[in-house]
Amino acid sequence: MATDTFAEVMRRLIRRVAEPLDATLLAIIMSIVLLGMVTLYSASYENPARIVAQLANIGFAFIIMVVAAQIPPQLLMRLAPPLYLLGVVLLVGVALFGDIRNGARRWLSLGVTSIQPSELMKIAMPLMLAWYFHRRESVLRIYDYAIAVIILVIPVALIARQPDLGTALLVSAAGFYVIFLAGLSWKIILGGIVGGMASLPLLWGVLHDYQRKRILTLLDPSEDPLGAGYHIIQSTIAVGSGGIMGKGWLHGTQTHLEFIPERSTDFIFAVFSEEFGLIGNTLLLVLYMALIARGLMMAANAPTFFARLLAGAIILIFFTYAFVNMGMVSGILPVVGVPLPLVSYGGTALVTLFFGLGILMSMHRHRKLVQT
Amino acid sequence: MSFGEFRNTENELYNFQTRVGVAGGIVMIAFLILLSRFFYLQVIKHDYYHTKAEDNRISVVPITPNRGNIIDRNGVVLARNYSAYTLEIAPGKVTDVEQVITELAGVIDIRPSDRNRFRRLMIEAKGADTLPIRTRLTDEEVAKFAANRYRFPGVEIRARLFRQYPFAERASHALGYIGRINNTDVDWLEDNGLEANYKGTDHIGKTGIEQSYETELHGSTGYEQVEVDAAGRGVRTLSRTPPTSGNNLILTLDMGLQDVVETAFGDRRGALIAIEPSTGGILAFVSKPGFDPNLFVDGIDPASWKELNESIDRPLNNRALTGVYPPGSTFKPYMALAALETGKRTPTQTIFDPGYFDFGGRRFRDDKVGGHGLVDMYKSIVVSCDTYYYNLGNDLGIDNISRFIGQFGLGSQTGIDVQGESTGVLPSQEWKMKRFRRPDQQKWYAGETISVAIGQGYNAYTPLQLALAISTLANNGVMYKPHLVKYIENVNTGERRMVEPEPVKTIPLKPENIEVIKHALAGVNTEGTAARAFVGATYTSGGKTGTAQVIAIKAGEKYVESRVAERHRDHALYIAFAPVESPKIALAVLVENGGFGASAAAPIARLVLDYYLLGKKPNKPAAADDKASDGD
Repeated sequence: MATDTFAEVMRRLIRRVAEPLDATLLAIIMSIVLLGMVTLYSASYENPARIVAQLANIGFAFIIMVVAAQIPPQLLMRLAPPLYLLGVVLLVGVALFGDIRNGARRWLSLGVTSIQPSELMKIAMPLMLAWYFHRRESVLRIYDYAIAVIILVIPVALIARQPDLGTALLVSAAGFYVIFLAGLSWKIILGGIVGGMASLPLLWGVLHDYQRKRILTLLDPSEDPLGAGYHIIQSTIAVGSGGIMGKGWLHGTQTHLEFIPERSTDFIFAVFSEEFGLIGNTLLLVLYMALIARGLMMAANAPTFFARLLAGAIILIFFTYAFVNMGMVSGILPVVGVPLPLVSYGGTALVTLFFGLGILMSMHRHRKLVQT
Repeated sequence: MSFGEFRNTENELYNFQTRVGVAGGIVMIAFLILLSRFFYLQVIKHDYYHTKAEDNRISVVPITPNRGNIIDRNGVVLARNYSAYTLEIAPGKVTDVEQVITELAGVIDIRPSDRNRFRRLMIEAKGADTLPIRTRLTDEEVAKFAANRYRFPGVEIRARLFRQYPFAERASHALGYIGRINNTDVDWLEDNGLEANYKGTDHIGKTGIEQSYETELHGSTGYEQVEVDAAGRGVRTLSRTPPTSGNNLILTLDMGLQDVVETAFGDRRGALIAIEPSTGGILAFVSKPGFDPNLFVDGIDPASWKELNESIDRPLNNRALTGVYPPGSTFKPYMALAALETGKRTPTQTIFDPGYFDFGGRRFRDDKVGGHGLVDMYKSIVVSCDTYYYNLGNDLGIDNISRFIGQFGLGSQTGIDVQGESTGVLPSQEWKMKRFRRPDQQKWYAGETISVAIGQGYNAYTPLQLALAISTLANNGVMYKPHLVKYIENVNTGERRMVEPEPVKTIPLKPENIEVIKHALAGVNTEGTAARAFVGATYTSGGKTGTAQVIAIKAGEKYVESRVAERHRDHALYIAFAPVESPKIALAVLVENGGFGASAAAPIARLVLDYYLLGKKPNKPAAADDKASDGD
């Protein structure tokens, strides 16, 4: 029967497509996404179109994740050096011909559209380093770490020059995670931490005024209550006024009277925190913890060095986003443009995250293939 | 794959898993840091942030109460509120105020005086949200601005209640005026714990009744709790406490009488106080020239201020309350009463007046050359014989005079319900000791008593004191505190609280002595110095004319009115009460540089009594009676 055969084909196809997806990870992801949609509904009450748009984003990102989960690690490995090189070339292009927006040279005009090459680096960097370490797996020497650092520093320096300190830090974090997981000696790590602390005053010297201001504002938001401090003051009030139980869904006054800036994007955690309180925050932290734990487990069990490094780096980057965002909203980290993963409104971030999670699944899946 | 390589891979996997474990540990620590931060914010500091969020959310908007009206005893409204549109600038939201005003002038008529007034307001009313550049916009102007509104951020049209004094200059010194709250007012409000009730209030009583009854007139401010968004827009009203309007004041003042007096004065300067003797209620409170209190309501423009402040006529000077003048011969009835009460004279006791009184090598002149001949007490008052009182003063001595006359309130504040009255000077040995520093100045000379006895010398009293004194005499020595407010009316309930007449004291006087004086004062108006002013009066009245010297006349020199510069002419005075049997009204009139009391002041009093007792309303200034210049 033609229909039976078609149904059979479809069933097989679905099974094949679904096969690499990790059920546990997927369940956690969907729980967080659900919480995010509930929060976004409250955060964007004045703009209901955002709910529809975000649903579309999630649908699209989900497809990206499923597709990414199918990509064999070998293909990714082959893509790593060209992607990295492309990224560096584009960053050089930005430095030479980039458009200046808001005082920073971050965008490269490609005629019809503009791109921000630093975004590409967020993926290309861990990919490249994982590729490199994988190639040197059995003959890893101390100078390999030096080369890894060079691979890391070139684009980071270009991004920092734009200037875009936030992205530079995130890209270097991504690279650092790979290097760390690849087994960089503890002595060097501790040495690096001590050296980094010592060079902080030096770093202060090269920072731009607005960057210094952000850090000063973090230390004392009341210095500039109407300017840079406003975001921190209002989001901290939102979090604190939420209390243990929260003000209830749709009942956050800071949210609904528009005291929280960027409340559906970078500051959506303030909305969540205000309406769901400490209980909601704890639940969200537990979900993130579960996701990260599951991700780390998947990384630990990945078949190849490349897969382990890449998977581990992806999940740690995910952690970094979550930590930096919640830290910023609750006033312990400076304001950097980092979305709350899987919760903040915005297609680009969602697609990037789901793509990464798809890769994570792919890395994990191919272990099973090897075993069987 | 060799065994060694396998071991190596195993080893590497072990290393990797260690690293993953460490990473997991760091993640745990990081999340614990976040959790403790949330605990700190949401549990430990929750109350603080809850308050902060509520402060963000709830804006308390004061609702200004309506100021009470001021109404005369017959229901005539003297001060009221009306609603009008104003064009207001928020100085804090505008970078270049002058530039904005210039641009506004292209849309709406803004005169230089508006500009100057605004500059003055900017300096005086620091911290005000918005200040008016134009008041009383016409509908057309409102529409014009509305069409151009987008060009003027920080400029807005507001509907406000304005204070209006429909009679302008009439009774201005009694009513006073309100003006914008300045730093001095803020201090006063804070000292009295009233600042909360004045949130949203821009104006406060500055002088007169508006000032002294400020707390009655103001009312209590209402509050509206409004939920606002981050942009400060009101989202919804949470609760509303309505304001309570200020109380209306119903005055003892009779605006018809006030009008008669002010018309009678014409362009002349001076003061008149008319009192109801049995209550102390003030029927007319006049100080001329007056001023238009409407000018002050929203800040007076500098040109008008200069004109008022620098005018030689000093229209802002409340002569009735703060001006002090020698009483002249209006002092004599009290001197005579002192003589009777102390037994220094009997009514029938006579002296011979040769036209002068020699004392201590100095000759004190009488007005009438050749003297009045034989003079008893009645005649001494009716013809205003100076020699009689030179003599009497010398017999009484300064301290007896001041002790007795002080009982009538001369030389002390009356306690009237408006602020700022002068004390005046009731001379005595003690007063002189205090007044002067050098011992030779401090000594009282007997010759000085002679001048005091006829109301000259150091004597200086306010017209209010003179009115209160004659009112007390008319009321047989029972003094009531003078007051302008009769009832305080609650606007909401319509309930009226009466301001009870307050008897201050009863001067112990023998009725037969009072009778002697009243009889003589009646004689003044029938056959004496004021007889011409009271020709044909159908009621009985008592009075006494007086003339107060502005410049000292040398002994032996005759004062000739026409020869003296206008501003150096004598002040004309007159005190009166009527009807004699049961006085309904007592008054004191002062006409600055009016010359003789009989010719300048008494005719005004006649118009007042005619109106008050008979309802006759004149419509032109009282004519000065040139022929009545005999005696003073």
